[in-house]
Amino acid sequence: MKTKPLRLSNTLTSWVALVPMALIVIIGYLGTVLWTLKISVSSSRTLPTHDFVGLTQYLRLFNNDRWLLSLHNIAIYGALFIIAAIVIGFLLAVFIDQKVKGEGLFRTIFLYPYAMSFVATGLVWQWMLNPEAGIQQAVRKAGFSDFHFDWIVDQDMVIYTIVIATLWQAAGLVMALMLSGLRGIDEEIWKAARIDGIPAWRVYISIILPMLTPAISTAFVLLSTAVIKLFDSVVAMTQGGPGIASEVPTKFIMDHLFGRANIALASAGSIVMLITVLALIAPYLYARSRATEHKGAE
Amino acid sequence: MANVSIRNLNVHLDGNEIIKNLDLDVLDGEFLVLLGPSGCGKSTLLHSIAGLNEVTEGRIEIGGADMTWVDPSQRNIGMVFQSYALYPTMTVERNMSFSLRIKGLPTAEIERRVQRAAEMLQLEPLLKRKPSQLSGGQRQRVAIGRALVREACVFLFDEPLSNLDAKLRNELRRELKMLHKQLGSTMIYVTHDQVEAMTLASRIVVMRNGLIQQIGAPGEVYEKPENLFVAGFLGAPNMNFIRGSLAFTADKLTFVATPLNLDISGYAFRQPPKESQATTLGIRPENIHITPSGRLQGSVSLVEPMGIHQVVWINCCGNMISSIVHETVEYRADQPIRFDIDTSKVSLFDQLEQRL
Amino acid sequence: MNVAATPGQGKRMLTSPARVGVYAFLISAAAFFILPLYIMLVTSVKPMEEIQLGNIFALPVSFTIEPWRAAWGSACTGITCEGIRGGFVNSLAITIPSTILAILFGALNGYALSFWRPRGANLLFAILMAGAFIPVQVMIFPLVRILAMLGLFSSLPGIILVHLIFSMPVMTLLFRNYYTSMPQELFKAARIDGGSFLRIFFQLILPMSVPIVIVATIMQVTGVWNDYILGLIFAGRDNLPMTVQLNNVINTTTGVRLYNVNMAATILTSLVPLTIYFISGRWFIRGITAGAIKG
Repeated sequence: MKTKPLRLSNTLTSWVALVPMALIVIIGYLGTVLWTLKISVSSSRTLPTHDFVGLTQYLRLFNNDRWLLSLHNIAIYGALFIIAAIVIGFLLAVFIDQKVKGEGLFRTIFLYPYAMSFVATGLVWQWMLNPEAGIQQAVRKAGFSDFHFDWIVDQDMVIYTIVIATLWQAAGLVMALMLSGLRGIDEEIWKAARIDGIPAWRVYISIILPMLTPAISTAFVLLSTAVIKLFDSVVAMTQGGPGIASEVPTKFIMDHLFGRANIALASAGSIVMLITVLALIAPYLYARSRATEHKGAE
Repeated sequence: MANVSIRNLNVHLDGNEIIKNLDLDVLDGEFLVLLGPSGCGKSTLLHSIAGLNEVTEGRIEIGGADMTWVDPSQRNIGMVFQSYALYPTMTVERNMSFSLRIKGLPTAEIERRVQRAAEMLQLEPLLKRKPSQLSGGQRQRVAIGRALVREACVFLFDEPLSNLDAKLRNELRRELKMLHKQLGSTMIYVTHDQVEAMTLASRIVVMRNGLIQQIGAPGEVYEKPENLFVAGFLGAPNMNFIRGSLAFTADKLTFVATPLNLDISGYAFRQPPKESQATTLGIRPENIHITPSGRLQGSVSLVEPMGIHQVVWINCCGNMISSIVHETVEYRADQPIRFDIDTSKVSLFDQLEQRL
Repeated sequence: MNVAATPGQGKRMLTSPARVGVYAFLISAAAFFILPLYIMLVTSVKPMEEIQLGNIFALPVSFTIEPWRAAWGSACTGITCEGIRGGFVNSLAITIPSTILAILFGALNGYALSFWRPRGANLLFAILMAGAFIPVQVMIFPLVRILAMLGLFSSLPGIILVHLIFSMPVMTLLFRNYYTSMPQELFKAARIDGGSFLRIFFQLILPMSVPIVIVATIMQVTGVWNDYILGLIFAGRDNLPMTVQLNNVINTTTGVRLYNVNMAATILTSLVPLTIYFISGRWFIRGITAGAIKG
């Protein structure tokens, strides 16, 4: 009669196996979030104090020019980056899907930047956009002496350089997602559309694109989280400069956590970031769980 | 006039000759079924008629006009696919009206046509639904509706029932037959299922390896198959085949396959038969009668009860012969029995598998 | 639009001028994507005199591998000037254990969640997934304190542990999804045969997990190798990964900037993940699509 003890020991083992995961979730996620929350409502500077100052830090945060600039930057960056990445990724996927020769080669070329680190990407583009020795200079030497491409040292334009660099890195990812979506579309829909006399571009817009909504929303979520987390590329490419022109929230927080020794302010910033992320993904996750409920009911 | 006329059609795909020198006339208003095993070219033929395939050589006329190089949307055809291919993110109404909107027809006209089609197909209560909310039969009707609104004169069907379970398949088959009766349009239907072909077709085209084996009404193709392939393809269980030869005696012509000796003097030969000619005799199970007074002897090998009838497999003369029995008599394995072959229903085939 | 159909194709094939347009678009896009790689390579083999001439697109006139030697062995990564080879070793020391442990735990978790399903595990899993979205910055200070308490701050085991924490969600998700798509009958048969939790895992499930282990390895190695922020904070001066050292080489040097050395260093740092990418091809894409379909 070995069944009962075995069953008990198996259930126990499966629980034990999940202990690391439980620890990580409880301490690593919930614990750290709560801890940071606690610090954000205190007046801690270099080390945590255990007082309670309500929302003072948050008020300070939103009166801080650098923070406001970083929010402004991330908003512009986010909108441009996400829209451009989705559009370009979609176009790349559509064109590759036209039964072109060398499809594999094209795919490899479009996706390799994603294998590089954000740091490497930032550094390469920093070099390419260097006004003295990079693209601007090369084009000028070729005869176009009035050519200007010094965005990277221009306070108003620097954020766009970051868009370009990270777009170069991420477009391939969106393309991969869209391509797998496209490939999942029933071939017979195309035939029916041909018989109906619908021109190719119209098929893409009215039929295919709506069918790709899951892939697009996945891409949107991935890209949005990447936007929030933007750090390495900025540090590598512009160090937040020129001056603080390309400051982003993550860098603000990191600087205040370490260099500027104001962990309460930094924590407040982190919590604000967290709330933003949750606000973004909550509708997505909700829609996802509704969809699986629906499927279960069918 | 919604007839289809195909002359000397050759279709090469990926370097393979799929269809070779094919001639076919589809009559106005008929339900023509293209029947054959996978790879016989029936789907390719249908796609060529639709214009989804490039034709290597030949001529396709629809309604009297040369459509060989015309765009599929200009051929006045409608097509229903295996998966129905309804646009999943659009309502039934939009599915049906989409092509008309692209063409730029006035809204009033579009509405009129959609209404009319919806009435004919009983889709009115479903117009606002999306394909995922429809049953299989409803989807089939929407797919047909899409073709109807374009005032197509020829409807093409590419194995629309293959993906369905047996019960639904029977139901939709009947719906299709009634629809054809109602609309009277020319319909060309592709399937590998001979039951579908027999029940739906006004004429069946049996295909194999890109060539037409036989064209004829279901009864004709069933009872007078042109060759061994057609004979074996239609009918379940398959036609029984016995190899033997012909022998002339004083007053009659017999088929000999010792110990079998059948009088086939009444057979309508196309060409004069020859003495000792190697022949295959084909006889369908329903034309083999087990009766105590039968002239032939054998023993029961296996019995398959089918509910409406039984299939009794008889061991005789080195062959396994199937017989369909309608009576509820019980047969046991190895039971010796006597049976008759209805010689008026035999088909004879020569060495090249062609009908004699 | 004229018909120019490829036989048997429902998809509308574009006519010749449109096809030219397709290739034109793809080729120009490809040029945009390849350009940085080209410039990296070309810059890294030019002597500084040529670079100062200011033509970034030009092929090298006098080819030299000195920049590569310098990047590897003598570039200044802060106080010391021993090149980024130290970083290479550090990155290896960080990546290999992180990958092995993360895959092991991810597989174990996925296995427990999809086959055994103990009570409350799904809630735990849901929070784990949500946790994947938490910005790193929220967790940094508490993690620093926790590691300090454990005596692991600024150490190799510390950075490995941190990577483990951050990669649990994706790894668990990968394996859980893979295992849920496996037939449950195999598992049931093994239980009837008397297999225990661990035995079934090591002798039945793990051997059948080769494809997903490959995908997980690719994703994990790429992710850990390319990481910057965690390595910056938690690894400690002696264990700085290549990415951190790379940034130090390029952005914290005073004096003349040696662009060719910089580019050589950048390529060296990207060599491992790029090689994995070029070799693994389809597996890489599988990783993206598998990991992207969260839940």
